[in-house]
Amino acid sequence: MSFINYSSREINCKIVYYGPGLCGKTTNLQYIYAKTNPEAKGKMISLATETERTLFFDFLPLSLGEIRGFKTRFHLYTVPGQVFYDASRKLILKGVDGVVFVADSQLERMEANLESMENLRVNLAEQGYDLRAIPYVLQYNKRDLPNAASIEELHRLLNPDNVPEFQSIAATGWGVFDTLKAIAKLVLQELKKGR
Amino acid sequence: MVSPQFVMYEEEFNRISAICDRLCRESNSKVVFLVDKNGQLIAAAGQVENLDTTSLASLTAGNIAATGGLAKLIGEKEFSILFHEGERDNLHISIVAGRVILVVIFDGRSSLGLVRLRVKKASQELAVIFDELMRKLEDPAAGSPFAEITDEDIDNLFSD
Repeated sequence: MSFINYSSREINCKIVYYGPGLCGKTTNLQYIYAKTNPEAKGKMISLATETERTLFFDFLPLSLGEIRGFKTRFHLYTVPGQVFYDASRKLILKGVDGVVFVADSQLERMEANLESMENLRVNLAEQGYDLRAIPYVLQYNKRDLPNAASIEELHRLLNPDNVPEFQSIAATGWGVFDTLKAIAKLVLQELKKGR
Repeated sequence: MVSPQFVMYEEEFNRISAICDRLCRESNSKVVFLVDKNGQLIAAAGQVENLDTTSLASLTAGNIAATGGLAKLIGEKEFSILFHEGERDNLHISIVAGRVILVVIFDGRSSLGLVRLRVKKASQELAVIFDELMRKLEDPAAGSPFAEITDEDIDNLFSD
C-alpha cells in the first residue's frame, strides 16, 4: 500500500525481495546500497544472525527523484529465505506494493525456487493479494555459476505468466539495477491507475 | 480487497502534527512520532534532528508486526502497548485506532505514568482524525491523486 503525503509532498512505496534461502536477496540490497549516492539513500538495516543469515528483514530506503513535485521514495525489504521463518515472511509482505522474486539459477536449487514461489503466492493470498495482479518481476541470479540452469528452463518452470524477467550476478551487481528499475516502474504505473 | 493507497492531506497532517507536538510537550518527552503499520513515517515531533526517523519507523513497524504475530499465537488480538526500558531513554509504543503506531521516546525528566496518561488522551484525538481520513479515502469520488501522471513522467525518473 503506497503512502502519499500531500503535506511533505512524498510518495512512499514498499518493494519486497522474495526467494529461497541464499538466493541473493540481501546481496541485491547491499549492491544497491553501495552504488547509490549518499543523498539518495538512508541507512541500510540488516536484522541478521551471527552467521549473516537474514533473521527478520533487511531494509533500505531509497529516493528516486521527483514526479510532478512529489519526491518518490522506495522502501526495499528482503524476507528471510529459510523455510522455517515463514511467520516473519508473512509480516514483511504486509502493505507490499511490488515483489521481486530472486531465483537461484543453480539446478539443484530449482525445487527450493518452486517451493519459495508457491510460499509467496500463498502468503500474498492470505493478505488479500493476487500475485498475478500486483507489480511483480523475476530475477534469475547467479548466472555465472557453472551449474546454472538455462534461461529457457528457468522461464518454463518459474515464469508461466510471462512477467518481466532479468538475469543477474548480484555479487558483481550485473542486472541488479535493471531489476530494481523494472519493479519501481511497474509500481509507479500501478499508482497511476489508482483504484 | 486491500486498499492500494494511503493518502495524507495537508489539513489532517497539520492536526496530527499539532497533537504530536502537544503530546511531546505535555508528557515531557524527547520525541514523539507516528508510523503507519507498514513502516512509513507519518509525523514526528520533538528533538528529531539527529534521529534516523526512517529507520526508526521501519523497525517500530517490524516490532509491532512481530509482537502482533506473538499475540495471535497465544490467542490475543494484539498487544496494544509495548514498553522498552533503557539506561537513559525509554520507548513507549502503542497502537492507535487499530492501524497507526504512536511512539514516545522519553528519559528521566518524565515517567511511564505521565507518558501513559498523556498518550491515552492523544490517542483518542488521533483516532478521530484517522477515522475521518479513512472515510475520506473510501469515498469513491476521491479517485487516484496520481491518475494524471504520464508514462513519460515515470520514464524521466530513470533517464540517467
